[in-house]
Formats: sequence, structure tokens, C-alpha cells
Amino acid sequence: MPETSNVVRVSGVTKSFTLGKIEVQALKGVDLEIARGEYLSIMGPSGSGKSTLFNMIGGLDKPSSGKVFIDEVDIAQLDAYELAWLRCRKIGYIFQTFNIIQVMTALENVTLPMVFAGMNSDATVKKGLRLLEQVGLADRHSHKPFELSGGQQQRVAIARALANDPAIILADEPTGNLDLTTGEEIISLLKRLSQEHRVTVISATHDIKMLNVSDRVVWIRDGRIDKIENREELSISIGKIRVRD
Amino acid sequence: MAQERIFSDYPQKTARGNRLVVLPFGTSLEIAFKSIKVRFFRVLITTLSLVLAVSFLSFVDVSNDIANGMLASGDPDLRQSLVRAGYDLGPQDVNVASTPKQRWIIILSLLVCVVGIVNAQLMAVTERFREIGTMKCLGALDRFVLRLFLLEAGMQGMVGAACGAIAGTLFALAGALARFGAEAVQQVGLTDLAVSFAWATATGVVLSLLGVLYPAWVAARMQPVEAMRVEQ
Ligand SMILES: Nc1ncnc2c1ncn2[C@@H]1O[C@H](COP(=O)(O)OP(=O)(O)OP(=O)(O)O)[C@@H](O)[C@H]1O
Ligand SMILES: [Mg+2]
Repeated sequence: MPETSNVVRVSGVTKSFTLGKIEVQALKGVDLEIARGEYLSIMGPSGSGKSTLFNMIGGLDKPSSGKVFIDEVDIAQLDAYELAWLRCRKIGYIFQTFNIIQVMTALENVTLPMVFAGMNSDATVKKGLRLLEQVGLADRHSHKPFELSGGQQQRVAIARALANDPAIILADEPTGNLDLTTGEEIISLLKRLSQEHRVTVISATHDIKMLNVSDRVVWIRDGRIDKIENREELSISIGKIRVRD
Repeated sequence: MAQERIFSDYPQKTARGNRLVVLPFGTSLEIAFKSIKVRFFRVLITTLSLVLAVSFLSFVDVSNDIANGMLASGDPDLRQSLVRAGYDLGPQDVNVASTPKQRWIIILSLLVCVVGIVNAQLMAVTERFREIGTMKCLGALDRFVLRLFLLEAGMQGMVGAACGAIAGTLFALAGALARFGAEAVQQVGLTDLAVSFAWATATGVVLSLLGVLYPAWVAARMQPVEAMRVEQ
């Protein structure tokens, strides 16, 4: 197997939505290659198409044209079962609104993907508790989401995303609903876990704090990739942004 | 350590059935049960119309059972009191059946009940869009969502209909006791009562499932991305 293969490859992806008679082009041709184990941030102003791109990569939506390859497999070719399998085993999702299932406890939320993967219940509980411990919520496993703060809910979501040892974690503005310090904690947690679990993290954000931990940043503007910067080049542009603010 | 290819452990079975993760039925049942428990109040309201309709059905059925029991006893006094109570008995009749008017009202009430269930369940589906979408992102198949809703409705229907049937039976017995006295009520056949109870409960479960069919289908067909878009 070629070691250099990309875990995600986006090729000429466009996406348009029709709102009544108006056609909105959210993505206008995006090409992107993401290497294994990379921590990639997608930055851009509101409405630039980050979430749309995120949904394409995660197999949650289909491009209008172009292709998305996960591990060089065109995900448009997958049937419903394969897609569910991919979402369950290989991709972990983290959302801005946490999307913890309200009727389940923290532990049940974390174990749900494992249940869908067909693990037996003793194993799921054991692993679920271990994951909750890793995100610092060992003593909160029997709490319901409404008893947890936003930051804690996002930790549960991170534990849940790691449940089936995915190859990719997709995070759409994971810190968007959190305050500054909590956001920072979540970011460093994501970074630490991505290294420990050797997963590729792709995160859409407009949180500047995210840049410090990213290996690469994709700047997206108006449905197109504006520029891609490696970590070394970053400090310069961050400086500029800081000055601009 | 060389990284594994993502699809390297994809189950390579040709038969589609083999590739599926079969979620144990017990697990689905457990999730459905929890779901009901948490939303108890809402479920209560959804089920209330079913309880009322089923209790009406069972009231009519059991009242007829009692009348039949009184006729079967062969006691002319009891027969007389039935006629006085307004039962339209010919001299040769040995049993009473529900009148067309009664049947019409029952059908109407059951119909209203199903419409009520569809309405309430559609609202429940809308409320749970985010939950359903999240489950789909975690790898739930359409059929799991469908099964979840059917199981919930089945359980709701079972409990609601049983309650309704019991209530209807008790009302019918109490009514007969007041109108005809204890001796008359004693004539009712226990098998008749059991059959009426089973019939009313089964009808209730079927109605509950019927009412959730369309909402469950809507929920199951939903795309995960739609759920993510809905604002909280
Ligand atoms: N389902 C949809 N129907 C119609 N238009 C849509 C839909 N989803 C997104 N859009 C449009 O596509 C464009 C990009 O949206 P997107 O949600 O990807 O932006 P974003 O970069 O994630 O913004 P934000 O930072 O605010 O989350 C916007 O103009 C938006 O109005
Ligand atoms: Mg967005």
C-alpha cells in the first residue's frame, strides 16, 4: 500500500442549492488533498462554504459535481449500507451544537456508535468509560446532557466521535458555541487525542486559536480555496489578523 | 507502523444481509423504552386519544357481552329488563349484536383516533429531527430508525390499549350493575370478556402502528444533513 496515499481527496467539487428560483453556489470547484494523520483546519468567513464542504467530506451530502474520495474510494459509489458503515466505523463527527442525544446519558451517548457497530454491551461500557476518562468526564458518565455544561457536552461528543477508532474526525466549528477558555481546552483535547489515536482531524472553524495546533490551514472564501498554508507560514498571517482585529 | 487502509476491514460478503450489522432486537427495544420513559408526558398525550377510543370500543363490546349473558341465562325477568332498557329484541332472538349506529360511531371514533396519532407522531418526528440525524451520522440505517418508531408506537399502543380496554370493561360492568343488578352481571361469560378485551387491545395496537407508519417513514428517509441544518 502506498504510504503517501491521501486519506481524503476532494476533486473539483461544486455544490449548488436552489432556493425557490435562485441558485446559490456554495462551492465553486474545490480541490483538496488531506494526508493521513494531518490536523487540518478549514478557515473562512461565515457563508463561505465550510459546512457545505464538511458535509461533502463526511458523506452527509452529495456534491453537485466533482468527487470526494475517502482512502481513494469514491464515496458517491457507496450504497446505503457502505455509507452507514463508513460513518459508523471510520468517521467521527463533532458538531457546533454538540448534538448529544438528549434522552441518553453521557455513557449511552458514547456507546451508541459501538452498539451500531455490533459490539457487545460489556465491551461497549468498558470502552465508553475509558473514553470518558480520556476526555476528563469519568465521574459524569451517568449524567444527562442537560446536566452538563456546553464544554462538557462537547467532550462527550469528542469521546463519542472516537468510539469506533475512526480514521477521520470531522469537526464543524467545535468551539463555536463555547467561551474562550473552554474552547481552548477543547482544541488542545482534540489535538492530544488526535495524536494519541493517530486520527486525521479536519475541522471547519473561524476560531483563530485553532491555527496554533493545525498542521495546515485551508482558507476558503466564497466557495473557493483562497490559499493553503503550512504551519511554518502561519505565524505571519496570524500576526496580520491580530493586527487587523 | 504502516497505517491501515480504511476499507481494508470492510466485511467482504457478497450477500447483502451478511454485511449488515444486525442490531440485537433487545437493544432496539431498550432504546425505544428509554425514549418513551424520557418523553413520558408527551407520550401520555399521544396515547390518550387511543385510550379513549379503545375504551369506547370495549365498553360497547362488553355491554353486549353482558346482554348476551343475560339472554343465555334463559331467565325471562332478565330478558324483560333488557327489553325495558331499550334493547330491540324479537321473541326469537338469542343474542344481541352491536347496532349499525353503534358500529358507525365506533369506526368514526377509531378514525379520529388514528388521525390524532398521525398528527402527534409527525410532531414528535419534527421534534426529534436532530436526534434522528445524529443517529444517522453515527451509522444508524434507515431501517433502525423505522424500527425504533414502530417499537415505540407498539409499546405505547399495547399499554394504552390495555388501559383503555380495562377502563371500558369496568365502565360497562358498572353500568350494567346499576341498570340490571348484580344477578344480571353474574351471567356474563368470562371467555366473552376475555375475547372482548383481547380484541380491543389488538385493535388499539394496530391503530397505534397504523398511525405511526407515515411519520416513521418520514423519519427514516430523512437525510442526516437535513437534521444538522435544523436550528435548535
Ligand atoms: N441547504 C441549503 N440550502 C440553501 N442554501 C444553502 C444551504 N446550505 C448552505 N447554503 C448556502 O451555502 C453557502 C455556504 O454555506 P455554509 O453553511 O457552508 O457556510 P459556512 O462557511 O459554514 O458558514 P458559517 O461559518 O456561518 O457556518 C451560504 O451562502 C448558504 O446560504
Ligand atoms: Mg458552518
